[in-house]
Amino acid sequence: MQLTKRRFAVWFLTAISSLIGLASHPALAQAPRDWEMGMQPAFSPMKEHIIWLHNLVLVIITLVTLFVGALLVWVCIRYNEKRNPVPSQTSHHTVIEILWTVIPVLILVIMAIPSFQLIYYLDRTPNPDMTIKVTGHQWYWEYSYPDDGNVDIESRIIPDDELKPGDLRLLTVDNQLVIPAGKKIRVLTTSSDVIHSFFIPSLGAQRYAIPGRTIELWLEADKPGVYYGECNQICGQNHSRMPIAIHAVTDAEFKAWVTQAKKAATAGPVTQSVLAEVEQTEAKDIKR
Amino acid sequence: MSDLTHGDDHGHARSAHDAHGGYGHDAHAHDHKPGFVRRWLFSTNHKDIGTLYLIFAVIGGTVGGTLSEIMRAQLQFPDNHIVTSGQEWNTIITSHGLLMIFFSVMPALIGGFGNWFIPLMIGAPDMAFPRLNNISFWLLPPAFVLIMIGLFMGESGSGWTLYPPLSNATFEPGMGMDCTLFALHLAGASSILGAMNFITTIFNMRAPGMTMHKMPLFVWSELVTAFLLVLSVPVLAGAITMLICDRNFGTAFFDPAGGGDPVLFQHLFWFFGHPEVYIMILPGFGIISHVISTFSKKPIFGYLGMVYAMVAIGVVGFVVWAHHMYMSGIDVDTRAYFMGATLVIAVPTGVKIFSWIATMWGGSIRFDTPMLWAIGFLFVFTLGGVTGVVCANAGIDEVIHNTYYIVAHFHYVLSLGAVFSIFCGFYYWIGKMSGHPYPEFWGRVHFWMTFVGVNLVFFPQHFLGLAGMPRRYPDYPEAFAGWNYVSSVGAYISGAAFLVFLYVCFRTFTSKERVADNYWGEGATTLEWTQTSPPAFHSWLELPRIP
Repeated sequence: MQLTKRRFAVWFLTAISSLIGLASHPALAQAPRDWEMGMQPAFSPMKEHIIWLHNLVLVIITLVTLFVGALLVWVCIRYNEKRNPVPSQTSHHTVIEILWTVIPVLILVIMAIPSFQLIYYLDRTPNPDMTIKVTGHQWYWEYSYPDDGNVDIESRIIPDDELKPGDLRLLTVDNQLVIPAGKKIRVLTTSSDVIHSFFIPSLGAQRYAIPGRTIELWLEADKPGVYYGECNQICGQNHSRMPIAIHAVTDAEFKAWVTQAKKAATAGPVTQSVLAEVEQTEAKDIKR
Repeated sequence: MSDLTHGDDHGHARSAHDAHGGYGHDAHAHDHKPGFVRRWLFSTNHKDIGTLYLIFAVIGGTVGGTLSEIMRAQLQFPDNHIVTSGQEWNTIITSHGLLMIFFSVMPALIGGFGNWFIPLMIGAPDMAFPRLNNISFWLLPPAFVLIMIGLFMGESGSGWTLYPPLSNATFEPGMGMDCTLFALHLAGASSILGAMNFITTIFNMRAPGMTMHKMPLFVWSELVTAFLLVLSVPVLAGAITMLICDRNFGTAFFDPAGGGDPVLFQHLFWFFGHPEVYIMILPGFGIISHVISTFSKKPIFGYLGMVYAMVAIGVVGFVVWAHHMYMSGIDVDTRAYFMGATLVIAVPTGVKIFSWIATMWGGSIRFDTPMLWAIGFLFVFTLGGVTGVVCANAGIDEVIHNTYYIVAHFHYVLSLGAVFSIFCGFYYWIGKMSGHPYPEFWGRVHFWMTFVGVNLVFFPQHFLGLAGMPRRYPDYPEAFAGWNYVSSVGAYISGAAFLVFLYVCFRTFTSKERVADNYWGEGATTLEWTQTSPPAFHSWLELPRIP
């Protein structure tokens, strides 16, 4: 009973916060939404391409399913025992057999061309603006910035009992992965223990993080905001408790953040306070 | 021993010689059954072994289904605590997957219906190697016990895909994981032995005049399945042997610290794992063909096309494995190849769907329970098939890999497709196997409840997957709550439908009515319908001749 109440409270707060756009959140937070039936909206060129192809494929498969469904309904109505007491004994028709082999091939070819284009486009970016190394751990993410003095941050989930109003349960983390919006970012994934998967639906990016390997992918966020994702390869006890939150900021904010982060790094690991400072600056920027 | 335990009508102990099956004893003794222990524990009779497999499949399905109900109960609300820890959850999903695949679908479709009907349909007195048949069944119960040990010790939390390093000794140190791996070894050996037996039987023991191209489609489907098993399961055996060595004997096949590679395991696993999904669905294709032909009172449309579509699916099924690994950092050209190859499979699958509809076209269709399952199969399998085309796209896979979209897709083809074909076969043949009719009304109730229930479970999971909900999560952000609730309600309806199925079994086996030899009438033309219902203990002592 208590649980139900709490659940309701969380829902209620989420609903309210999304309505009034709670100030504790940056301008844009891209997380899954209630009763969502399609893909999360695109906030990167990659996701736009993926959604475009998915829409094309979805139309084709829906038509195919409706066609097969309609044929089934038709044969059940037209050729049931009552309406058609004497069955035909036809068991061959060469033309139609060729047709239902060739037409699917043509449909597949139509679908395959943009599909091949998409995977080569998504593969990697030729001239990345910066590189970030992502390391999966049981059960948190570690982000390092080799281009920026090896700033290294650890990103852990905020436990349920420490969530602030408006925080998304199972998605909110202590230290977000800060990236500059509009830049092409090369991401190198690896892991220190088991396989994890670095997955951000709204940016259309995913790769496993595998120990002993480095896998390349790329990210680009169209505009500033927070983009949520979750670990997407079973990794043990807390598989569902190592979310990913990417905080895209403007170039200037990013530079400011890096400077502060570097300073803090000499003192020890980056803490939430550094990010809080940046967020304050950012809040000012938004007002301006 | 058997003197004391026999319990059947003929009652007298038989010599050890006679108990060895259909060979070397007089025709007049053909319906004399051995005592209970000899008949069921030392069984060499294809029908009895088939029955054992079917009972085993129901038990495996009941346990696996109970786990699904627990999983759906846990996922009904966010922040739920029916399952108390992530490890416990992971163990449950691992066991659910393995039980449903190795201990329910495969025993039912291959060991159960395959053993029962291959000899009857090709006019053979029994399987080629009756004692091999016995051991291939009796390897399964110990494997089942080992799986259950892994489950109850809570130590096999790797997912059914068993990817190291999560499944190695560092991250899953308990003995339960080893038990699960040994269970797969036993189940795999059982499958390989069974498959060898099927291939030998089908190649060598067809009745005079039954050429390969006159063989019933169910036999063809089992033949292709058997080849897939013989070629793919040894690769799984190799992979898990290497994993067991990594865990226990200090090797480092999959450990990067020792020069090994976790991705190697994925290649080996899916080289087995992808043919495995066709292993689970191909025999179903066979059953559906027979049922549609019988109830449309028409010969199957495009027989040769159907045969070679299955062969094509089997062959191409071996060269598409890395579409499970698009996110594992394989090269973009490799992804392009595997995407192209995977899309090709849609063509023979489409040929089958259209040929089934063409078989119904112009027919005189009866809608008895088996036909309802067959039509239901066509619908759910088409749906699962077209989402397969979406999953095959390496580009789209960037955002649906490992999400509930994948869960929805493979449950549409397996939990719905393969399971519908199992129930289809059950209602089609239960009169032949038991001699009693099933209650038609309850059969229909079972179908409609299952159809509504499973669609309610799995259709909303497409939405969850598109929105980005990862699979193998015991808890999820509140935004996913809505569709998860719907999905869980569907699971309870499906669970209730399974209870109806058990009631149908009870009514059938306690029925006093008998059915005729060919109770489906003119549409049922394969050889099993020329036998009595149930067939004699030893059938086809005199070989039929096929014109």
